Amino acid sequence: MSAPTSITEKITRLWSLIVGLKVTGKYFTKPQVTLHYPRKTLDDENLLTYRGHIELVGLPKKPGTPKCISCGMCQAVCPSNCITLTKRKPPKPTEAEKKAMEEAEARGEKVKKPSAPKDPASFNLDYTLCSLCGCCVENCPVESIRFSNDIYLAGTDPNAFRYDLLQRLKEQAAAKPGAQKAQAASGGETGEGEA
Amino acid sequence: MSVQREICDVNPFPEHVAGDFYSNYFEKGQAENTLIINMGPQHPSTHGVLRVLVEVDGEYILRAEPVLGYLHRMHEKIAELKTYYQYMPNMGRVDYLHAMAWNWAYAGAVERLAGIEVPERAEYLRVIASELNRISSHLLWWGAYLLDLGAFTPIMYAFDDRERILDILQRPSGSRLTYSYFRLGGVAADFDDIALAKIREFIPHLRGRLPMYKDLVTDNVILRGRVEEIGVLPLEMCRRYGATGPVVRGSGLAYDVRRAEPYSIYDRFEYEIPTDTECDAMARYSVRLAEIEQSLRIVEQAVAALPEGDFLSKGAPKPRWKPPKGESYFAVEGARGKIGIYLVSDGSNSPYRLKLRAPGFSNLSLFSEASKGTLLADAVSILGSLDLVIPEIDR
Repeated sequence: MSAPTSITEKITRLWSLIVGLKVTGKYFTKPQVTLHYPRKTLDDENLLTYRGHIELVGLPKKPGTPKCISCGMCQAVCPSNCITLTKRKPPKPTEAEKKAMEEAEARGEKVKKPSAPKDPASFNLDYTLCSLCGCCVENCPVESIRFSNDIYLAGTDPNAFRYDLLQRLKEQAAAKPGAQKAQAASGGETGEGEA
Repeated sequence: MSVQREICDVNPFPEHVAGDFYSNYFEKGQAENTLIINMGPQHPSTHGVLRVLVEVDGEYILRAEPVLGYLHRMHEKIAELKTYYQYMPNMGRVDYLHAMAWNWAYAGAVERLAGIEVPERAEYLRVIASELNRISSHLLWWGAYLLDLGAFTPIMYAFDDRERILDILQRPSGSRLTYSYFRLGGVAADFDDIALAKIREFIPHLRGRLPMYKDLVTDNVILRGRVEEIGVLPLEMCRRYGATGPVVRGSGLAYDVRRAEPYSIYDRFEYEIPTDTECDAMARYSVRLAEIEQSLRIVEQAVAALPEGDFLSKGAPKPRWKPPKGESYFAVEGARGKIGIYLVSDGSNSPYRLKLRAPGFSNLSLFSEASKGTLLADAVSILGSLDLVIPEIDR
């Protein structure tokens, strides 16, 4: 761009600056649209559509127990290997049951061994590896995984992002109003699982 | 110590032994009293970790050479280790500003290989998502380029508008930057009524804002001084380096993959391909701003014509799906130029080879020639006008 030659060109160029300043002046008088983030947060519907890390979905009647059937699909499909899921072991038969089973086997009958409960023994998420692609959510056969709305995630320790999702679900169920009754009903079963 | 000693012994340019491999082998030119300096890898105007080795004589650049690889993340190799289904999240991270185009290129390459039909509605949703993403990419470029040139305020206006696009795209895709929205055979989720209403509201809003952008920045004499007749890239030079996108359109060639190799349903929309024959940074600037308007036109037509139906094909590939043996190539028009994906399949559930053709790589390679003899401050303007995204260049 060469130096201005004529007086009209000088004026046009100067005018372009004034036009720009007019825009700035117009917006200067308008109310502020930004917030000072840590001190103020926005209560917006957009926060609800944000997909945070995954969490488990509880059974409708027992919100503390996940719908999960421990099939391991999420673990297999995850591109980043951030889900660790362990299945429950079948309960140990009592002495009387063992005896009855052995007797039945001796008679040549078909013995039905006690099967393991379907819900997982542990369900851990390493969010430091997760890329939020949604493969696990899409492929869960019982829709036991959903995205949380946790948006304000910041921490100084990577361990803070290694979640025990079963624990999280129990806390969510306990925090829900009217959850005390359901918790009491399912309490016996979950207590047995932990032992 | 001994290894370093040996390297120094064989160093053809013993006057600069203190640097690393690149600075050791960056030959000092013929001129006297020149200085070799690094621009980057950490430099505010390189937008990421691009390093440019520059030989300067005073304020003038005698030679410049980009050094790549600081953000190399082995995306091509990762493709060979993941299944077809699992690789999609990587595509959101190659070019984080126009992630939808890379999503599309990969989905398109696999669909072409396996002959997967995409539902009509999914095609429209792909167009809407991709064009909105193109606008947000151009808006961010606009703000960041002016930031490079020393104007701080414009990026705030650009982010105000970009924020609305992110809010729209967040509803179906769930993310705001590194989208993993496309699926093989469709898209991940439908646009709901709120999202479509927001788009209808957004189109006139942004159209009303563009004249303000013009008043604030485009006509500004200070900007004109920094972009006009700077970084002149003749068409012949663009051709030699394989430049595409707004760079080649700013040099007067109306090459756009959406027109040249029509894919998906782009032949159903009316839009122009903006070009400029000035070949300078201003030409590329005005081409990008004109493209925002054209993308708005496409989004408007696509939303009006959006048909009912599925958003994901019934026979969409499952996680352990295996395609037939063969190879395919699919090219789409990204915000920075032609994105191409070449895919070779050996019939197993992960690609045998996946080649990513990034437009930024070709666009950057002409920088070395274009910056010769310019002022150092103008080189910043040229780099910015090429609209580089470093993760895409290094891949």
